[in-house]
Amino acid sequence: MFMWIIKRDLLLAIRRQSDVLTTLFFFIIVVSLFPLSVGPEMNMLRTMAPGVVWVAALLASMLSLGRMFSNDYLDGTLEQMLLSPQSLSLLVLGKALAHWLVTGVPLVLMAPVLGIQYDLPVEALFVLTTALLLGTPVLSLIGAIGAALTLGLRGGGVLVSLLVLPLYIPVLIFGAGAVEANMAGVGFDAHLSLIGAFLLVSLVFAPWAAASSLRVSLE
Amino acid sequence: MAINWFKYSSPASFYSLAGKMIPVFVFVALILLAAGLYVGFFVAPTDFQQGEAYRIIFIHVPAAWMSMFLYVVMAFWAGIGLAFNTRLSSMLATAIAPTGAMFTFIALWTGALWGKPMWGTWWVWDARLTSELILFFLYIGFMSLQAAIDDPRRADKAGAIIALVGVVNIPIIYFSVQWWNTLHQGASVSVNQAPAMASTMLTGMLIMVFASWMYSIAVILKRTRIIILERESHTVWVAELQKKGAM
Repeated sequence: MFMWIIKRDLLLAIRRQSDVLTTLFFFIIVVSLFPLSVGPEMNMLRTMAPGVVWVAALLASMLSLGRMFSNDYLDGTLEQMLLSPQSLSLLVLGKALAHWLVTGVPLVLMAPVLGIQYDLPVEALFVLTTALLLGTPVLSLIGAIGAALTLGLRGGGVLVSLLVLPLYIPVLIFGAGAVEANMAGVGFDAHLSLIGAFLLVSLVFAPWAAASSLRVSLE
Repeated sequence: MAINWFKYSSPASFYSLAGKMIPVFVFVALILLAAGLYVGFFVAPTDFQQGEAYRIIFIHVPAAWMSMFLYVVMAFWAGIGLAFNTRLSSMLATAIAPTGAMFTFIALWTGALWGKPMWGTWWVWDARLTSELILFFLYIGFMSLQAAIDDPRRADKAGAIIALVGVVNIPIIYFSVQWWNTLHQGASVSVNQAPAMASTMLTGMLIMVFASWMYSIAVILKRTRIIILERESHTVWVAELQKKGAM
């Protein structure tokens, strides 16, 4: 069932590629806006790069949260999933994982290219990609709670940003911090370990919280 | 004789109990407020380093404490409401949120007013300031989620989940911000090294803390009463209240 959910969501994403591409291009555009707004000074851009890429990744991942449950909610699939004897937490975990594969992984793959535009050294590019690889699943998992709570509400899209962005802050701090530490010549292992810890904690708790949110939203 | 406390988990009996309690808390709050402000402005000595400007702590510190404490209380009642399906607990949580958000705002605002003469700037990205700001966002998130949901029971439960998720996250956010702050070594000023306070200053501040407590309880009870009336407006006992003109 878990695999089935992932397969199904990936299939849906392949059939509707524009959704995936929109998120990716949103990410690219936001990152490209910063040099245009603060000027092309390379030294400044290099120090800004980790923060800019991470904030853009946060926003891009958040924008696509609405799609995580809403289509299934509208056509009634979600209600059937709730009725199924499978554990709802597991289903939510599948949905979050599919969301990450569809939106998070393209962001991770795109990040080094954008980092080059900001003149990041090779090692920093590697750290940035690793940090994003560990951090973006956390965004999808926490986001699942927000998406489940705002399901079917008016103005849900804006509301979800109010709910999840404050919760994203720790990931942002250590994600961008890892790259900055690397560029400053200090070890970045601690940062990555902490993001890893966030990932493990949210893997355990977020699906459960999101599942109870779904029950609340659909009762 | 044992008192059946569960009696007061019914909105109807809580409504009248709260009505009796509110004047008491208002009275105590007013007395403590007057005493605290008197001690703060007239008895406490002028600080030799900070001059008169330090007197803002008589409002700032109680507000900051209440803002954090009320979030935990709110999450606690919201959690009770979610777990035991008691309507009154959820109403209480809803009633706490605006007061908590108000104290957070006051703490931030008075902090800025204090920072300007002390640090020469309205705002520094200090760990405490930043986490207080994030706490404000959490309150806003809770309130806007509840406001967006029309069905009050769904609003209660959804709010409870986000409040509990927030409570789990508060320590994580707090330590993240603190580590982020020490990593950057940005703010050279810190609120951590408070000089030892004169005992009158401490007394004034503690009185103000208790005044804020009493005020919060009074306002929260009043708001709970209004929420009860709103939600129970279809019931017989509210109709009888209306007939008696006791509202």
